[in-house]
Amino acid sequence: MSIVTNPKEKPATVVGAAATYVDDRLASASFTKRLLDKVFPDHWSFMLGEIALYSFIILLLSGVYLTLWFNPSMTEVIYNGSYMPLKGVKMSEAFNSTLHISFDVRGGLLIRQIHHWAALFFVAAVSVHLLRVFFTGAFRKPREINWVIGTGLLVLAILEGFAGYSLPDDLLSGTGLRIAEGIMQAVPLVGTYVAMFVFGGEFPGNDFMPRLYAVHILLIPGILLGLVTVHLIMVFYQKHTQFAGPGRTESNVVGYRLYPVYMAKAGGFFFVVFGITALIAGLVSINPIWLYGPYTPAQVSAGSQPDWYIGWLDGAVRLTPNWETTALGHTISWNLLIPALIVPGIMFTLLGLYPWIEAWITGDKREHHILDRPRNAATRTSLGVMALSFYGILWISGGNDIIATQFNLAINTITWTFRALIFIVPPIAFVITKRICLGLQRRDQDKLLHGYETGQILRLPHGEFIEIHAPISDEEKAVLLSKQDIAPLALAPSADASGVRNPKGLTGKIRGRLSNWYFADNVAVPSDEELRAAAEHAEHQLHAAAEQGAISGH
Amino acid sequence: MAISRRHPAALLAVLIAALGTTGVAYATVASSSIPKAVAPSQTQISQGNDLFKEGCASCHGLAAQGSSDGPAIIGVGAAAVDFQVGTGRMPMAAPAIQAPSKKVSYSVDEIAALAAYVASLGAGPAIPTQEQVSSSGADLALGGELFRTNCAQCHSVSGRGGALSWGAYAPSMLKSSPKHIYEAMLTGPQSMPVFGDKTMTPSNKRDIIRYIEELQKRENPGGADLGRLGPVTEGVFLFIAGLGALIAISVWIGARAR
Amino acid sequence: MNEIETTSNEPYGSAEGKDLVSGRPVFPLKHHEPRRADIDPKAAKRAERQVSAMFAASSALLMAFVVAYVKVPSDSLVQIPGLGTVGTSQVLLGLCFGLGILLIGLGAIHWAKKLMTDVEVTQERHALTSTQEERDEVAAIVKRGAAESGFGQHKLIRRTLLGALALFPVPLVVLLRDLGPMPGTRLRSTIWTKNIHIVTDATYQKIKASDIPVGGLVNAVPANLLEIEEADGNINARGKASIILVRMDPSEIVSQQGDGWDYQGIVAYSKICTHVGCPISLYQQRTHHLLCPCHQSTFDLADSGNVVFGPAARRMPQLAITVDSEGFLVAQGDFEEPVGPSFWERG
Repeated sequence: MSIVTNPKEKPATVVGAAATYVDDRLASASFTKRLLDKVFPDHWSFMLGEIALYSFIILLLSGVYLTLWFNPSMTEVIYNGSYMPLKGVKMSEAFNSTLHISFDVRGGLLIRQIHHWAALFFVAAVSVHLLRVFFTGAFRKPREINWVIGTGLLVLAILEGFAGYSLPDDLLSGTGLRIAEGIMQAVPLVGTYVAMFVFGGEFPGNDFMPRLYAVHILLIPGILLGLVTVHLIMVFYQKHTQFAGPGRTESNVVGYRLYPVYMAKAGGFFFVVFGITALIAGLVSINPIWLYGPYTPAQVSAGSQPDWYIGWLDGAVRLTPNWETTALGHTISWNLLIPALIVPGIMFTLLGLYPWIEAWITGDKREHHILDRPRNAATRTSLGVMALSFYGILWISGGNDIIATQFNLAINTITWTFRALIFIVPPIAFVITKRICLGLQRRDQDKLLHGYETGQILRLPHGEFIEIHAPISDEEKAVLLSKQDIAPLALAPSADASGVRNPKGLTGKIRGRLSNWYFADNVAVPSDEELRAAAEHAEHQLHAAAEQGAISGH
Repeated sequence: MAISRRHPAALLAVLIAALGTTGVAYATVASSSIPKAVAPSQTQISQGNDLFKEGCASCHGLAAQGSSDGPAIIGVGAAAVDFQVGTGRMPMAAPAIQAPSKKVSYSVDEIAALAAYVASLGAGPAIPTQEQVSSSGADLALGGELFRTNCAQCHSVSGRGGALSWGAYAPSMLKSSPKHIYEAMLTGPQSMPVFGDKTMTPSNKRDIIRYIEELQKRENPGGADLGRLGPVTEGVFLFIAGLGALIAISVWIGARAR
Repeated sequence: MNEIETTSNEPYGSAEGKDLVSGRPVFPLKHHEPRRADIDPKAAKRAERQVSAMFAASSALLMAFVVAYVKVPSDSLVQIPGLGTVGTSQVLLGLCFGLGILLIGLGAIHWAKKLMTDVEVTQERHALTSTQEERDEVAAIVKRGAAESGFGQHKLIRRTLLGALALFPVPLVVLLRDLGPMPGTRLRSTIWTKNIHIVTDATYQKIKASDIPVGGLVNAVPANLLEIEEADGNINARGKASIILVRMDPSEIVSQQGDGWDYQGIVAYSKICTHVGCPISLYQQRTHHLLCPCHQSTFDLADSGNVVFGPAARRMPQLAITVDSEGFLVAQGDFEEPVGPSFWERG
């Protein structure tokens, strides 16, 4: 077949000419058509991921600006800038250049604070977005890989933030680095080697800041950028999930097209996120490094905490009792390994593997594009709340000395209390959430069968008082009837008919039991007969009410 | 249902009235000032002795030798008394792990008398003079270095205080006078250690005072300081105000326009 | 009297059928209700004015940013109720820039909500799995390629290739060896040696025993610290050699880590917490407890620095001290155990 340039229309506008130029080389028309026409569902909770994305862009932009003035060297200099209380004080180049940005570069402090606030927003938005995805079950097939990428993004974001606020080499963040080095050192077998290699010798050395800088401005942002791109391409390609509602099925997306509505809303939202971040950065101080002074390993401030997203790790380290084993000339510091490596390791692993864990328990192999209402997945929601409560207690424990001074309590009592609560609260949170979910499910079932209460009381001829119920709207029915009943897996038999042992018997049994526990108590969706019967009953009631003259029509 | 003849706010009014009456009655009855039993012609030391017997001896002993309720204060010096009584920490309202600063119970003259009396019991640090605590000419940067090395670990880099063990705390110095700061360093009140004049010279002390005065100005080039409590309040603000605003706007974006 | 819709006798009401994938009933899309701006041209005009006003205000603010940048000195302060004493330039630049951009966003969103189409559109999803034929084709291509390369056939090629590829990362790892020195015995010693004078931190003055009153605390370092920092070009030595001196009444000392390690009630302890290395000098005079602000490890300095609370597992190392011929405090030697956090080889 020969390639023939078909005679095409000459474009009339500049944009048309540009588009034609590109299309003549890339055949971009079909891609552009798909892109601009793409329908995205509309719900406010779908914008949480956007907050994260835009915060990342703001970080890249403000970060580039900072690199123009920041000097990541640990060489000692004498301060000679305009902040008087530090004049003549010895400090590293890193701290010196950060002071320079804060006081001698016009708008520098604003850029620094935009960068730092945006970092806090970034991790917060990723976390809240993760919660939304978890509680609505959006991680189920076919989106498991995107979930894992997301977990990776969260871990990288946390590490990147820690690296970022450690770069200015101030007293607060330097204390954090010291703690990080102590934890590295505590790793069995290789700890001291790792610490020496990372720091180029003992702490703090001279090599660490430049290395951290390369990691912070090149290595991790590069990986983040790559992962975010894949993450977004997957969302684009697989199409976004949507909540149940009228017109929405597992095979379609209902919403608005990218062009023009989503471009305006999402594009506008970028400016909103940037604007709010810049406003906060201009009005509210963050990380006033001049108060902390340059890092020296002989000074520390009361009330030293890491940035919020590391708070749970700090809290875990504060709570873990002083367990250490010494044997045969070697020491294992459980008091560091458990809170800093083992617990977070388990948590992130469980988080990353959760789609497969849940799929194994439920045996659900279907694609899901309609989101779950959290109440309908009662066990998952309760597990999530339980994990959140565990995280939350660790987080609060990180601020135990601030709590002590603000509320006039003893630190020691607070520490012991949280040590107890970390075991007591999560199971209670699980049980309470489960009950609430089931209660809501029953309420939904009630609404489907009996409609909603109108507030009107009717006295029947034989004397009984009843409240008139009206049927729920179609929109609500669409939502309530979207609930899917998944039957628990049958327990695998331990042996077949001939008595041959089932090699998968034990795992099968465990799986079956877990599956039963997962779906136990779930309130079933009313069957067709129940709904029909309920509809008839409602008819009778409304007839009776009409005869009484309580309502018109009918 | 029977019609209630009470106004909906009646219960609230009764509660407020009851609490108010109780409070006023208590304040009237429990007076915070110690009755003076001093004749104007007595010397300062004997005046101090009388005041001591009335207001301090019940815990510190008649000869200031101490008791189960309070330590011996022979040799603490006039500076210690001036600090403790001058900031209202003493007399302590009730035995506790720490005496908080509160409303001062004695007049300036009475404090001087008490200080003179205690100083007469044994040699101790004297009340610093105006010159000794004046920060003019002090080295601000050195003061900062000294503050961060010797004070920040308890009082925090912002000077707003910090937690100690078992419910004790290092208090905020954001409202303290130079004299009281000097006296505290010199006498080591309660949990605070003593910073002797040889290892922390009077000049060093003045440098520190100069730096604390700078902290007291509470100038924040970066914007509102959220109490200078560090990343904890920054995080709380982020979630409540920052993420709150963004989520509110998200809800607005997703809502149907009319 | 109220109008109440009747229900039909269908179990799902006005559903249009069932979702082929989930089996749940499908209801028709909600009828589009026009917005005010859709039907009332005056409302549309008002919306247009609102959006334009936001964009115009944004432009004004962004220009104001330039003026503020040039005119306002970066060190001026201003008192703002609710914010306190803050940087004038900071607040002005932040307001102009922040509000300026924010209004672009709000304007665009307002435009989309009020004036752009808000008719819901339905788009079909495409299958996210390939057909069996496509999968078979891929399998066939892979098989053909493998046969053409002979990869499966030539065992020797395969094995030696895998061997070489496995070794490829080795140089990359080995090149990292010189990132840092081997730990050796570095963590076991500090720069303290016999007869080094103890000097005050930050002011570097020698200390006589009589300089420290009972209840006193002195943050201290070795007298040769500055020299060593200069020679090393880093502050590592300070990170291990920093100590605190506290004085108690000798009768209050319950135990020490060695006989005669104190001097007339003055004891010297390492300042580096044995938990994860934060410097501690939160000395509480009355209880002789040393509290670390990082994770609240508490040590009793009257009792060999033993841990009394918190996550630290080991006591604070004590430095044996004495005085020289002039009465200045000196160290008797280095610490007798490693200072700072634990490590595997510590013993």
